[in-house]
Amino acid sequence: MKSRRVQVDYLARVEGEARLVLKVRDGRVMVAEFAIFEPPRFFEAFLRGRDFREAPDLTARICGICPVAYQMSAVHALEAALGVEVPRPVRELRRLLYCGEWLASHALHVFFLHAPDFLGLPDALALARQQPDKLRLGQLLKRVGNVVVSRLSGRETHPVNVRVGGFYRAPRREELLPLAEDLKQAMEAAQAALRWVAGFEFPDFAPDYEFVALSHPGEYPMNEGRVASSRGLDIPVTAYEEHFMEEQLPHTHALHSRLKARGAYLVGPLARYNLNFARLSPTAQAAAREAGLTLPETNPFKSILVRAVEMLYAAEEALRLVMAYEEPELPAVAVTPRAAVGMAATEAPRGLLYHRYELDAGGLISAAKIVPPTSQNQKRLEEDLREVAERHLDLPQEELTWRLEQTVRNYDPCISCATHFLRLHMDRG
Amino acid sequence: MPKKKPKLAVWKFTSCDGCQLSLLYLEDELLELAECVEIAYFPEASRRRVPGPYDISLVEGSVSLPEHLEQVQRVRRLSKVLIAFGTCATSGGIQALRNFTAVEDYARLVYERPELIPVLAESTPISQHVPVDLELQGCPPNRAQVVAAVAACLHGAPPPRTPASVCLECKRAGHICVLVSRGLPCLGPVTQAGCGALCPGWHRPCYGCFGPKETPKTSSLARWFTERLGAKEAELVRAFRLFYANAPAFRLESEAHEEPPRPG
Repeated sequence: MKSRRVQVDYLARVEGEARLVLKVRDGRVMVAEFAIFEPPRFFEAFLRGRDFREAPDLTARICGICPVAYQMSAVHALEAALGVEVPRPVRELRRLLYCGEWLASHALHVFFLHAPDFLGLPDALALARQQPDKLRLGQLLKRVGNVVVSRLSGRETHPVNVRVGGFYRAPRREELLPLAEDLKQAMEAAQAALRWVAGFEFPDFAPDYEFVALSHPGEYPMNEGRVASSRGLDIPVTAYEEHFMEEQLPHTHALHSRLKARGAYLVGPLARYNLNFARLSPTAQAAAREAGLTLPETNPFKSILVRAVEMLYAAEEALRLVMAYEEPELPAVAVTPRAAVGMAATEAPRGLLYHRYELDAGGLISAAKIVPPTSQNQKRLEEDLREVAERHLDLPQEELTWRLEQTVRNYDPCISCATHFLRLHMDRG
Repeated sequence: MPKKKPKLAVWKFTSCDGCQLSLLYLEDELLELAECVEIAYFPEASRRRVPGPYDISLVEGSVSLPEHLEQVQRVRRLSKVLIAFGTCATSGGIQALRNFTAVEDYARLVYERPELIPVLAESTPISQHVPVDLELQGCPPNRAQVVAAVAACLHGAPPPRTPASVCLECKRAGHICVLVSRGLPCLGPVTQAGCGALCPGWHRPCYGCFGPKETPKTSSLARWFTERLGAKEAELVRAFRLFYANAPAFRLESEAHEEPPRPG
């Protein structure tokens, strides 16, 4: 077969700027590159010298889609450094906040970014014309997620209420209770969304992934847990950097993560689902089975189903948290700065998000490391591209391009997040 | 023949995508907007690309890479009305913190091979490079303001302006003053209105994410922070050097409190 080249210069319906390059010679894929050309913003550099109390506001700006995830990883890492334990109501409020972000972010991805692929449509506006009732489900889920986040934290993009030690102000019970009706509607909408996406046609594709996610003995993981994998990894977050590393490659602006022992791995909804199915609510488990999801589920095109299952779970869990909410006596515990190091990982909608901070005695940050889910997935994403391309080299150019774009969108890659550049070992030559 | 809809384009430079997202978060208004305009270029939302020129361009993000210099000119050429929205597009964003240092130092800190990533020395607002018809401040800007601005453009009306500080919104909301009553270093008196006095409503001081208001009295506020709240110079630098670090009023105030460089 002759040589061909597929190039998408500006990938649509992802968060940020990326390019896709595939080079084929004699029927073999020679190059499959997912190039992130999002400009660097140097977060880890300018976090140095900032007060630790500023970290949640600063790191929120890494991403407009999942600011809560950045705030949560930051406060947990800083609390680990400073030996702070938050009271139960604060912990529960953080989980509620995370449920809101999962709902809004997954709804955005499922309805606005990913579903159009399965229907051969360019965007959600076309979906609105073709199946307005379906887009309305997405609007509802997105709105409820956003309302949860803003009711608890001021606004959905870059919330203002999160601080190290807790919150600036704890919402009153009567502020949260009206969310119950919205959340019940969201549960119904998520069920309907799941039934809808379960009817899509899925390419037959099941790579041999190593799934990596947090794992918690009692909960579907959001803010806490050990780092676990489908190939036996089970470590505390403090040991993350002993097992994972990042490397800079010439073709992309984002660092590639790898498991030191084995290479590429996958984080995100599919990994969470496979490693923590037993921790989902019975409702979510039943819905997943009905939708045709298996265990393990290794088809990345079915991540859209898993996101719908997680929307259902997040709405149900948020409802439980709202109903059980007791106002804390104080919204935050006192925090005293000291020289310390702390790390934490939480489950951003797109997967494991790791933060590590070093503080000086006055509470100024002296070093920061942030490893977002998209840079962890990048290596695995390129392997998917290669495998999908090899199976579909006979497709006409336009269809092959579309299929490869869809392969990228399975990941819901957040490119703004991924463009961070850190290096740990300084080579001063 | 039906009247042709005005064409809207949405562009991204260096940013977190949050401002573009505020468009997708418009929910019901988004479909209404799509009734009034043709969403002709919006890669975050659509694979469909209608060639320019465009009647309205919304521009997110700051100019921070060498190729942006040419791209921003192109966007200007393609756009009848250019609206810069959000902190990055109107001031340079949080990434403009590098403007206060040598960018090579930042790059070396975070890159193994900094030579692979050519970046401009400074992160700058769109208006520094091309004429901008309207700026909407905020990190992120208030959605209602974005809708109002687009609506005004569609009707050829002057866009709504609120030349007031967060203080005014705070008083209207009836919040207790966090600066005077709680002794917290609030930037509300010098910050552009638009957020609805969000932070004071959550019992925390304003951190200035809507940027300086017109003619802000930053030095008098800084004096208050020092004399009444006991703020140290380094704290003043950090307070003014945040999301609007590169806006002239905040930039000058932060520089006024910087330690002079040591000789040699």
